[in-house]
Amino acid sequence: MIYLDYNASTPLRPQAQDALLAVLGMTGNPSSPHRMGRDLRSLIDRARKEILESIEGERLIFTSGGTEANALALSNAKGLPVLVSSIEHESVLKASHNPTLIPVTQEGKVDMEQLDVLLSSFSQPGLLSLMLVNNETGVIQPVREVACLAKAKGWMVHTDASQALGHVPLSFKELGVDLLTLSSHKCGGPIGVGALVTKKDFPLNPLIRGGGQEYGMRAGTLSAPLIVGFAAAVKEALKDSSVQLQRWQQKIETSLSAAVVYGKKVFRVSHVICLGMPGVSAEIQLMAFDLKGIAISAGAACSSGTMKASHVLTAMGLSEKEARCAIRVSMGWKTHEEEIDRFIQEWQYIYAQYQLKEAS
Amino acid sequence: MERPIYLDYQATTPCDPRVVEVMLPYFTQEFGNPHSRSHVYGWRAEEVIENAREKTAKLINADPKALIFTSGATESNNLAIKGVAYFYKEKKDHIITCVTEHKCVLNSCRQLEQEGFKVTYLPVQPNGIIDLQHLKEAITEKTTLVSIMAVNNEIGVIQPLAEIGKICREKGVLFHTDAAQAVGKIPMDVEAMNIDLLSISGHKLYGPKGIGALYVRRKPRVRLVPLISGGGQERGMRSGTLSPSLCVGLGEACAIAHEEMVTESTRLKVLRDHLYQVIKTELEEVYLNGDLEQRIPGNLNLSFAYVEGEGLMMGIKDLAVSSGSACTSASLEPSYVLRALGVEEEMAHTSLRLGLGRFTTIEEVDIAAQKIIKEVNRLRDMSPLWEMTREGINLKSIKWAAH
Repeated sequence: MIYLDYNASTPLRPQAQDALLAVLGMTGNPSSPHRMGRDLRSLIDRARKEILESIEGERLIFTSGGTEANALALSNAKGLPVLVSSIEHESVLKASHNPTLIPVTQEGKVDMEQLDVLLSSFSQPGLLSLMLVNNETGVIQPVREVACLAKAKGWMVHTDASQALGHVPLSFKELGVDLLTLSSHKCGGPIGVGALVTKKDFPLNPLIRGGGQEYGMRAGTLSAPLIVGFAAAVKEALKDSSVQLQRWQQKIETSLSAAVVYGKKVFRVSHVICLGMPGVSAEIQLMAFDLKGIAISAGAACSSGTMKASHVLTAMGLSEKEARCAIRVSMGWKTHEEEIDRFIQEWQYIYAQYQLKEAS
Repeated sequence: MERPIYLDYQATTPCDPRVVEVMLPYFTQEFGNPHSRSHVYGWRAEEVIENAREKTAKLINADPKALIFTSGATESNNLAIKGVAYFYKEKKDHIITCVTEHKCVLNSCRQLEQEGFKVTYLPVQPNGIIDLQHLKEAITEKTTLVSIMAVNNEIGVIQPLAEIGKICREKGVLFHTDAAQAVGKIPMDVEAMNIDLLSISGHKLYGPKGIGALYVRRKPRVRLVPLISGGGQERGMRSGTLSPSLCVGLGEACAIAHEEMVTESTRLKVLRDHLYQVIKTELEEVYLNGDLEQRIPGNLNLSFAYVEGEGLMMGIKDLAVSSGSACTSASLEPSYVLRALGVEEEMAHTSLRLGLGRFTTIEEVDIAAQKIIKEVNRLRDMSPLWEMTREGINLKSIKWAAH
């Protein structure tokens, strides 16, 4: 089986696995004052420090994952206007009631002119959320510019960087945002942990209250194994080179001349391609690829069995019909060139079969 | 320095090696997002999660479909209380809980109060158990939810769940119980006890940290507003990618508990009673906090008169014990649970929570008892108050002069 669905979940990196397994057998509650508790506490604090230093952040609150971190980030906007891009992940889109959507261009990049107009249309500032890298197209969003513009008007700015870590240079300080979401399993750490990075004095409205852990912003006993695994994955992800991934991305795109590549004209990360096969629905493609032993997806892994047209692609101006013909290919640390070649070959085969059927 | 003797099983339990073993493949070999619908990686991950859901549900006699996975009992409690309160707020705005609940229940209720809800905090009797008559009287037409913990985390007392469930059902009020300390320790049955919502913690029953569950009754259907929205996982009540390894770990921990609960309870009760007897025989002025009978077998909470709490903790450093709930024990405030029983402040400060569990041995219990006895005697020997008491002076009658 060939796995090309890294954006849904990245296989655990060996370094993260080692770090996690080394701690899994340790006993104690990191909130306990006795030694067994303190030992775990210090492992967690070291992991926190390492992640913060590597992305130049100020404060880090561990959560159960990117979805919870996004919910926590937007919890602060109660009663204030909320602006989010129309291509955000569901966890951002659904984190507030009736957010105003920022349109994107045909290439899937947030529309700066329209944003400027939108920002001026509110009588009071609120919270703006813009993802750093889109999970379906891989298009890099101009978060730094947007933060600059919005902050000047008094807005709070959040960025969901779940799909960005290890794929674009990531500095909380340079982005100039107030809040930043990280997800462990999207960069090769364990599932079940993530973080919200914040400015030191940034006020939040905690979703989960209780024992006062995580600066009082997120209660619940912390899991040291998940956290050290997460930190180890971050460290490795930041060492990744994109040269090879970029070469494979180009190889796929040049080999598949019949395919439509969404977001092609703008800056994208090199491990994702959103690929349309004209006339062939994603459902059919996925089944065909599955039979050939290739695991891919048509966008975000969601809970419903039905396959809806991607909201990201329709926001880019595609018709429902076009959007339904797109799949997402995402690669990562374990991918081999032969797997890319196999994918190209199978894509061409599936498309040729479709053309034959059409012709007959 | 050798490893301390671990007697803090209410703070957390070690992950059982058998649980670790079944989790390992999902860290080392298997991967994939269980919500991916288009390939075998996703299907396989989903299958193991559903299997774990069944095992977990079985332990509380619940329909697996009514169980959702969360990051832990703290999240489950927040979701149950706030989720239900928000959903039914147009019609009802009153919640009943109890003063000895875990901080995450109390703080969820405080938040609701700030938002305009009304909350009744039932007192407890000196033995730590609520008075059912108080509960009946507190329920009004505006009451949505009664949230009473199954087992207290500090004193281990068991609340009369079946009776509470019966009262709630008769009055048409939803019943939530924080069963973090109960599941796997005592039989729990959401049907027999008429429980509508029940919180489970993985790491309190020898499973991994970072996972828990919330039972949300389907018949009749209980609704709630999610705390975390997004991909719509867990029937829309809790979004976020589930971890197959953590779910498998919780499921296995529940299966083991189901299998071994009866024999393990008997064993622990022998150890606990032995510990209590040895200490009581050797030391005077030792007081048990909370009911002895209505109590889980793995808990003992004792106050030692005429010793200084901090000193006692320092003196028994090679025992991993707690002098309060783990979350608050770094602070020097006396335990609010003990205060609620009517325990005086000084006596609350000198209390120890001794939590016994699956890996506790009789040898460890004996060593721990001797260490505690020795240290209490040492501290009392240095205490002028103890000396005065021995001489028959009533300390309460002394007027202390300020210097």
